[in-house]
Amino acid sequence: MQNPYLPYPVRIDEIITETEDKNLKTFKLVFLNPDDEEKFSYMPGQFAELSLAGKGEIPIGIASSPTEKGYLKFTVNKVGLVTTCLHSMKVGDIIGIRGPLGRHLWDTLKGKNVVIIGGGFAFTTLRSSIIYMLDPLNRTNFKEIHVIYGARSPGMLLYRDELAEWETRDDINMHITVDGTDDPDWKYNVGFVPTITEQKAPPGNSDTYALICGPPIMIKFTQPVLDKLGYTHNHIIMSLEMRMKCGIGICGRCNIGKEYVCKDGPIFTLAELDNMPKEY
Amino acid sequence: MKYINIDKKSWASGLENLYENYRLFGPVKNNKHHVFKELSKGELPDLNYLNTLLSPKSIVFPQSETMFEYSLDESKEDHHILKEINKDYSPRALIGIRPCDAASFLLVKRNFDTPEYKDPYWLSAYEATIFIGLACSSPCSTCFCTSAGCGPFHEDGLDLLLVDEGKNFIAKILTPRGENFIKSAGWETEADPTAAEKIIKDMKIKAEEKIASFVSTDQLKNKSTTRLYDAPFWEEIAFACINCGTCTYACPTCWCFDIQDEVSKSSGLRMRNWDSCMFPLFTLHGTGYNPRNTKVQRVRQRFMHKLKYYVDKYSDGIQCVGCGRCIRLCPVNIDIRRVCDIMNNYGSRSRLET
Repeated sequence: MQNPYLPYPVRIDEIITETEDKNLKTFKLVFLNPDDEEKFSYMPGQFAELSLAGKGEIPIGIASSPTEKGYLKFTVNKVGLVTTCLHSMKVGDIIGIRGPLGRHLWDTLKGKNVVIIGGGFAFTTLRSSIIYMLDPLNRTNFKEIHVIYGARSPGMLLYRDELAEWETRDDINMHITVDGTDDPDWKYNVGFVPTITEQKAPPGNSDTYALICGPPIMIKFTQPVLDKLGYTHNHIIMSLEMRMKCGIGICGRCNIGKEYVCKDGPIFTLAELDNMPKEY
Repeated sequence: MKYINIDKKSWASGLENLYENYRLFGPVKNNKHHVFKELSKGELPDLNYLNTLLSPKSIVFPQSETMFEYSLDESKEDHHILKEINKDYSPRALIGIRPCDAASFLLVKRNFDTPEYKDPYWLSAYEATIFIGLACSSPCSTCFCTSAGCGPFHEDGLDLLLVDEGKNFIAKILTPRGENFIKSAGWETEADPTAAEKIIKDMKIKAEEKIASFVSTDQLKNKSTTRLYDAPFWEEIAFACINCGTCTYACPTCWCFDIQDEVSKSSGLRMRNWDSCMFPLFTLHGTGYNPRNTKVQRVRQRFMHKLKYYVDKYSDGIQCVGCGRCIRLCPVNIDIRRVCDIMNNYGSRSRLET
């Protein structure tokens, strides 16, 4: 019997400090056994349990794209016991990884306009999605791609080099924004994500899907904007967070109604959420 | 159907024979209460009992269980890599389990044995276990098994049903595993099937007549989840609750667990331990946010899970077998039978609806 609780061993190959507050680091992980990489076949929007021997496990969205071979990337905010320990680790250290976990909705998005709306450090799985869609083999599977991404300040944006590169391309419409900045050279938007969404997002129609990932306050104020723009609730896709342990729908803690966020989510359409208890 | 007569005089010697092929577990009186424990050679289960204080779920799903081991010693080649450990999954027999508790394993199996993922610990232990039931002739006042999908002579989940006739047991063989068990014990006296069937049928009717309490569950499936969730009665139901978690620990169908690492010097274990939706930590986010921060939310989760979410997910009744332990043990007298009726009647004509 395959043991779904047994992590694959991985080595930390690179650590990048992403934000000016140094609270977010990206860990590039390489499988110790090359066969495990094949078994870990994932899609953007899925997550994994990172396992630190002696500390425990944490569920983290996968920041790399399946089109990036040879490694996995996770951008981790320093919050509790496991993430704090992970932040103190160094290149070469061994950790474990279980997954991929959760579902994805890429079959739904094929052939559609995709509007990505992200805030703060929730941008990780959205980065995965963008890299995936921009891959030459995949780009023709999607119509227009819009990205609205905001952070408190320029220094709090993740993946700044990639954002700058995407800004120069003509196959993706970037709308980067910050809540505020005193940087005179800042050449992108200033304003909260809901405001920028109202100004820049294309109107909703049957061919357009919005993917939202961000702090609850951002989601709360963005949703009315999307309603106004004509997005129906089955065209708004959101990712939820919950305290998790097993990640495979067995240990019982991350349910909302009869759905387990780990296995039946973490991605839900707003139409699905409308029929679930508001317990998240 | 095959029936065997077991003279109680040959009970001890039969168990002695079984000890060669099975690890035996059974109810034993421990100070005041009966508990299920592994029987040592020569030790007899005490079958003169109503039911155990805690359910026998721990035989398959231990309260605390090691999942993996690892070394943190960096001089070792495989340091920080989790390893599976060898566990004893040799055949075990759970003797004298009540039909309600046996049925609970089938309910819980749905959680641990899914199309996508198989829980190797629970399933290996479950598959290693044979279930020897003991029919109930005198149910407790808190039992409501007959309206919770089973009953005092219920056979689902059992390999063998023992019916106590005073001087002897009638053993009804339900599966090939049950038959092997009987052979292994050396009990060979076949009972006349027609007569045995008649005796069991009469006793079953008498036992079922003694069940004094019931729940109605017929409307649960039709109710709107969000309406039940938002119903006004939860405050009143949860008012007295102290979130002690006794109900979830005693319950045969509660399966939630936590995963924790334990380290001593340079060696470590990853363990899993029973957990409970009654505890705030169960759902506490790293940020400090808690979607089930109040006891009302936690009490609602317990009952909604058992009586609505499970009903909707599996379309095969409630996640409860009517053993009544949570009713007997609750320090503040919260009664699942009452909650079930309130939920089932909500939106029709209920005192608490408005």
